[in-house]
Amino acid sequence: MTEEGKDGRRGVSIGRRQRKNEGRLKATGAAMYADDLRLPRMLFAKTVRSTEPHARIVRIDFSEAKKLPGVIETLAGHELPERYGVIPWTQDEQALCVDKVRFVGDPVAAVAALDERTAEEACALVRVEYEKLPALMDPDEALARTDVLIHDERGANHQDNLTKRVQLAFGPVDEKLAQSASIAEADFFYEGSTHAPIEPHCALAQWDGVTLTVWSSTQIPHYVHRALSKVLGLSAARVRVIQPVVGGAFGGKSDPFSLEFCVAKLAMKTGRPVKMLYTREEVFYAHRGRHPMKMRYRVGLSKEGAIEAVDSKIVIDGGAYASFGLVTAYYAGQLLTGPYRFGTYRFDAARVYTNKPPCGPKRGHGSVQPRFAFECALDMAAEKLGIDPIEVRRRNFVGENTETVNGQWITSNGFMQCLESVERASGWRERRGKLGFGRGLGVAGSMYISGTAYPVYPNQMPQSGVVVKLDRSGRVTVYCGASDIGQGINTLLAQIPAEELGCDPEDVSVVAADTDLTPVDLGAYSSRVTYMCGLAAIEACRKLRAQLDEVSEATDPFALRVEKAEAKAGTTLVSSGAYRTQKLGADYRGGTIGASPAYSFSAHVAQVSVDAETGLWKVERIWAAHDCGKALNPTLVEGQIEGSVYMGAGEAQMEAHTVYPENGLLRAPNLLDYRIPTSLDTPEIDSLIVESNDPSGPYGAKEAGEGPLHPAIPAIANAIHDAVGVRLTRLPFSPGDILRALRERKC
Amino acid sequence: MLTLPPFTHHAPTSVDEALALLAQHKDALLIAGGTDLVPNMKHGLRSPAHLVSLRGLSSLAYTREENGEILLGATTLIQTLADDALVKKRLPALAEAAAQIAGPQLRRMGTLGGNLCLDTRCVYINQTHFWRRALGFCLKKDGTVCHVVKSGKRCVAAASNDTAPVLMTLGASVVLQSKHNVRRVPLTEFYVSDGIRNTVIGDDEILVEARIPAPRTGLCMAYEKLRQREAIDFPALGVAVTLSLDAQGLLETIRLAVTGLAARPQMVRCDDLAGRTVDEATAEAARHAFKQCHPLTNINIDPEWRREMIPIFVRRAIRRALSSPRR
Ligand SMILES: Cc1cc2nc3c(=O)[nH]c(=O)nc-3n(C[C@H](O)[C@H](O)[C@H](O)COP(=O)(O)OP(=O)(O)OC[C@H]3O[C@@H](n4cnc5c(N)ncnc54)[C@H](O)[C@@H]3O)c2cc1C
Ligand code: SF4
Repeated sequence: MTEEGKDGRRGVSIGRRQRKNEGRLKATGAAMYADDLRLPRMLFAKTVRSTEPHARIVRIDFSEAKKLPGVIETLAGHELPERYGVIPWTQDEQALCVDKVRFVGDPVAAVAALDERTAEEACALVRVEYEKLPALMDPDEALARTDVLIHDERGANHQDNLTKRVQLAFGPVDEKLAQSASIAEADFFYEGSTHAPIEPHCALAQWDGVTLTVWSSTQIPHYVHRALSKVLGLSAARVRVIQPVVGGAFGGKSDPFSLEFCVAKLAMKTGRPVKMLYTREEVFYAHRGRHPMKMRYRVGLSKEGAIEAVDSKIVIDGGAYASFGLVTAYYAGQLLTGPYRFGTYRFDAARVYTNKPPCGPKRGHGSVQPRFAFECALDMAAEKLGIDPIEVRRRNFVGENTETVNGQWITSNGFMQCLESVERASGWRERRGKLGFGRGLGVAGSMYISGTAYPVYPNQMPQSGVVVKLDRSGRVTVYCGASDIGQGINTLLAQIPAEELGCDPEDVSVVAADTDLTPVDLGAYSSRVTYMCGLAAIEACRKLRAQLDEVSEATDPFALRVEKAEAKAGTTLVSSGAYRTQKLGADYRGGTIGASPAYSFSAHVAQVSVDAETGLWKVERIWAAHDCGKALNPTLVEGQIEGSVYMGAGEAQMEAHTVYPENGLLRAPNLLDYRIPTSLDTPEIDSLIVESNDPSGPYGAKEAGEGPLHPAIPAIANAIHDAVGVRLTRLPFSPGDILRALRERKC
Repeated sequence: MLTLPPFTHHAPTSVDEALALLAQHKDALLIAGGTDLVPNMKHGLRSPAHLVSLRGLSSLAYTREENGEILLGATTLIQTLADDALVKKRLPALAEAAAQIAGPQLRRMGTLGGNLCLDTRCVYINQTHFWRRALGFCLKKDGTVCHVVKSGKRCVAAASNDTAPVLMTLGASVVLQSKHNVRRVPLTEFYVSDGIRNTVIGDDEILVEARIPAPRTGLCMAYEKLRQREAIDFPALGVAVTLSLDAQGLLETIRLAVTGLAARPQMVRCDDLAGRTVDEATAEAARHAFKQCHPLTNINIDPEWRREMIPIFVRRAIRRALSSPRR
């Protein structure tokens, strides 16, 4: 089957189910994760962490720790004072705290020893003297208290605890609300949650006197590369970052982390390789999980159910550092404007510092919480009008090739097919309202980005580069900086040459995520990888294909084609391709944030059962339809949909990353108390792929990694309402809350 | 990763050898499956110089019925209790409880002895040394105050073993053996209400077996467990019941025990129920349990709600016990 489609696709590999190329290694335990790496004379390092939520560091005393046999070196904050942060405008982190600690668990010092146990014991012997400061645990309090500054280094313009406030309005919202036939107005609360990747963060550094090499379990080797250079004061040309196999990330590894700088500096100080592996508890401190948000929504519908106005006020609890917080504040508003047409829209989102572990980007960054609130409010408003929840969503479809209320351009849009698909699969029409008290169905929709037009540091260079080399043996090597964090980009990077050049995907090596060897890719975030790397890889392959086609037939053995082309060219066959940032978005301030070359769309129907005597409830089944543009490898797309549904359902059911307000200690810094669903708690999931064949994406593809998470939570909330008639507005939905709500309804 | 403190590991192959090691080393602890002890050691809660392993004592891995008693050896795996034909037939509530302990991997490491000797649990204690230090420690280890009962002088960490309440309602006793002595202690007296150490077992003793009077015909039993997830989680509440009805269908005997609340698994007093109808007795037992049990903040789940669940789970346990096939 080598017939060429009109998009240049031949269908030999693209669109086919294919195993992940590292799947066998992972299943057999042969895959090498960062902690599997061992170098001769390697030391182990551990971090001393703050026991105070907010305090000045008076003194750090290493003397007892240094006496412990086996301790080789120590490190304190003043040795690495340079500030960093993934977003260039809010660089407020230091590898180790210098003057102040800002949450329980903030890294204060590090110790390198001959073995892990000794390093751990030495950390307990490091004496840190603190002068306590008032700790702010609630974002509203942090906004009000300008007498306590969590970041007092930010200068005269920042005499508050605000990371970023975004206020944008599109059209006469108040007027439209006043005219609405039905208004839903409610407060919603999303409790924080964390990623819980099974592999903890780990980094290993080696210094040869000239160059520094750092292996790290990261999803952004390029930003780690830049940050290491900045903080260590080394030329980036003498820093190499390598990402080994990563055991899950979900956004929790998209910042540079303290351990990367600590192992690097300790390696430079000792001249020996140094490794640090976070404990599970430390992963909870590193966090960057989903922000707690207090959200007030007003949604106004016309008599016919058209969305006339949406108004929101959102207070975002950021924790101790900015991380991606500036983007979070924008995403909380900017990503809500599809798949429905909003007549008018306004949002006011404030991201606030508190003395808690820093929040950041978790799968569906910034938009999962508002999506929950909005999709519930939409149901509430439609219910008053007596309009069916699926129908109201259909009536408000924003359409294809159209601009949203906030000026984003939507290309393809398969949302209507998504809705139809879940409506049919779930038996919505026949079954809804007929399942009896205690069982219900709920629906929700969503939209997400496939990368953004905006690289996190402004530059004119490509966001993604791919180099392909053909060997006369027939071996194809693809070099790309992209991070495979389990989503499968390395597999796709073998599928694309197979598709374009006609080689066997098993004859493709993928050299990935090594800053010495691979061209830059910005990293695995914002669902950008398949879209951008995919286009870059196609471009590189098509150049080679032209060379092969010039001298041979597509039916010739592949190695022979390469031989002929290499002979003709008189040099090694290499080519490169890139994804160049396009100008997208509107021209008001912030109008480019959230502007994506293509948007994915999802719709879910959830079925729940609620035991009204105990409040215990269960998600029985979720039908999840997702418009990914084109399923380049349907197995991987289904995997992403399932993983997303699982994660969203877990956030609705049980996940909560919270602290004791009186002392700032995490309530559940381990995987026994921080509950993520087991396979027994996971609903049946029906993954339904919708293909809208986006004109701009690689073979029509958009994204599948984050979009399908969004509707899970509100679909579940709406299903609980359908089951027992109570509207839950605080996540996670605890059985106790359900019982209380049921009781209030009876009164 | 959290590391283990250093220790010397001993692998005896007989009970006598194990007892001799215990007698010889003052600072020694027994380890069976290690599923409780190892995490506690990593958290700095226990740091024995010697570990005496029971894994080589295959002579203690048995289930059998003998002279009107069912005997369960201490190193019997939790998974075996869940699957064993004798246990399922004669002590179905024990099989139910065992099947709900932890997850499949842990059930294949964990043992009956380890479960009965499980350390008590509390949100303020099952944490790393770093976390506990940031908290300021507590009565149970390294500190002077209790964070659950602020003015309390006693640790109220929760007994969290799922098998204990079932065995208590069945009138079980345990056999404790030391180098020079063997004693038999009813399970209701084995536990004491001190969260720091909630059993009467001596440092030189091994719990070698549990002995359960063979249930007479007509005894019904069930175990109901409240937990947030369908696997892995310790009980947020565990309710065990055994009961029998007389020829008229009125209640004859009932024994009710709860776990997951206070420092020891607790028998609920239900003295006045004989002769009542099943419905009356059920309602009354639920009321007794509600009055006698007081969930605390030692577990991370809303104590108010857990208290509300007590009568509901008692009713469910009784209902299910009565609906299970009569033997
Ligand atoms: C994630 C997780 C979830 C869990 N969930 C549950 C649960 O839901 N329900 C539950 O009940 N338990 C649970 N457990 C606890 C534990 O796995 C079980 O209780 C198990 O049965 C303990 O047995 P063990 O052989 O592993 O004990 P060990 O860890 O080997 O020993 C526990 C203690 O008992 C002592 N000991 C062991 N055997 C003897 C003996 N024969 N004589 C005297 N002392 C002895 C040891 O010295 C130690 O102090 C869980 C544990 C984990 C890690
Ligand atoms: S109940 Fe009190 S003393 Fe016991 S472990 Fe908990 S906090 Fe410590």
